[in-house]
Amino acid sequence: MPVPITLDFLLCQGDFRLEMHERVEARVVALFGPSGSGKTSVLESIAGLRSLERGEIRIGSRTLYDSGAGVDVPSHRRKVGYVPQDLTLFPHMNVKRNILYGARSDRDGGSAEGLEQILSLLELHPFLDRRVGDLSGGERQRVAIARALTTAPLVLLLDEPLTALDRGLRARVLPYLKRIRDELATPMVYVSHDEAEVRALADWVVELDGGRTIRSGPALTPSPKIT
Amino acid sequence: MTGDVLAIAWRTVSLASLATLVMLPPGIALAWILARRQFPGRAMLETLVSLPLVMPPVATGLMLIWMFGRRGPLGGPLSQLGIDVMFTWRAVVLAGAVMGLPLLVRAARAGFEQVDRRYEEIAGTLGASPRRVFLTISLPLAKRGVLAGALLGFSRALGEFGATIMVAGALPSTRTIAVAIYSYTETGQEAAATTMLAVSASIAFGALLLSNRFASSA
Repeated sequence: MPVPITLDFLLCQGDFRLEMHERVEARVVALFGPSGSGKTSVLESIAGLRSLERGEIRIGSRTLYDSGAGVDVPSHRRKVGYVPQDLTLFPHMNVKRNILYGARSDRDGGSAEGLEQILSLLELHPFLDRRVGDLSGGERQRVAIARALTTAPLVLLLDEPLTALDRGLRARVLPYLKRIRDELATPMVYVSHDEAEVRALADWVVELDGGRTIRSGPALTPSPKIT
Repeated sequence: MTGDVLAIAWRTVSLASLATLVMLPPGIALAWILARRQFPGRAMLETLVSLPLVMPPVATGLMLIWMFGRRGPLGGPLSQLGIDVMFTWRAVVLAGAVMGLPLLVRAARAGFEQVDRRYEEIAGTLGASPRRVFLTISLPLAKRGVLAGALLGFSRALGEFGATIMVAGALPSTRTIAVAIYSYTETGQEAAATTMLAVSASIAFGALLLSNRFASSA
């Protein structure tokens, strides 16, 4: 079911200026654009890792940031599941401890059934005792997604989750993302360069360039940049 | 003499260990603050922490006497509670901790600086409070630097002389290896001094070897 998502804010960092004015209802919002266009900054703004100048960020009925009302929920209370492009799996913990890290810190969010569902969905049971350094690219990706999901997030923020994978692995990981969208009904903001991914997953596309939105609309709207 | 040597060696090692335990909490906190926080007075704090490294140890000892003597701002209240510091084993621990602290802070700070901030940020997005991020991410990932620093601090406390002799004297109950070497040499007991030297060198060598091993793999 589509969720109202408000991304209406201004971020200034040195010479870089990122402006968003999106108020959409979607299950998966895809962010497009060249390197340096501000895609990752959007995700990190939602996650509370960037200091904004002004604006609003809302996911569903929850306000994460509202400069007018003086609301700026700290990162650790935002309940967003952020999967950065570099994954950032904790190297001193095995797969199980990585996945449970968010679950343990969120006493009211997770449950044993929820955790079991996530592990089954991403087929992670065989890897739980492995060291994260011993995992393949696709396995690492699934662990990072599972770790984010165990916090029972309001929204899943995925930064080019399939870019580092080869074609075969992409084809294997993509169905997991579809299942998260359909079975867990967790809304996503998804950074990608791949048209096939967007068509398979997103129902809304925001195209950025130089920190500004140059196109925003349903995923199937033809765009010369996407095709 | 063997009994004396063993007793002094045991006292020195146990008081240096205690000094290390005493310096660890403030040392880790200072190392993390200097590695991760920007604030006014940061350079001042950094200089203050390093001061015992460059000041004559006897000067540091004199400052400790001012602070922890019976009329001192800290020693006075402690004395009223029945806790005397000067010329007791507590003074040996105090001198060792103060003199070892800068070395611990330097190595632990380097350890924290090597921890990629992304791990801390991502742990935060997973719902971990800043305290939990510190305990479960920053500290474990910086542990080799902290351990190297603790061993350096221990080694420094082990060989402490100048500040120790100021605050604890050379009493039989507070005499450490360094103080004993000085006393034995002063009184012409060269064999005893040489034995203490060998014991001191062996313990310090082992501690430094371990410290370097931790530091090189940090």
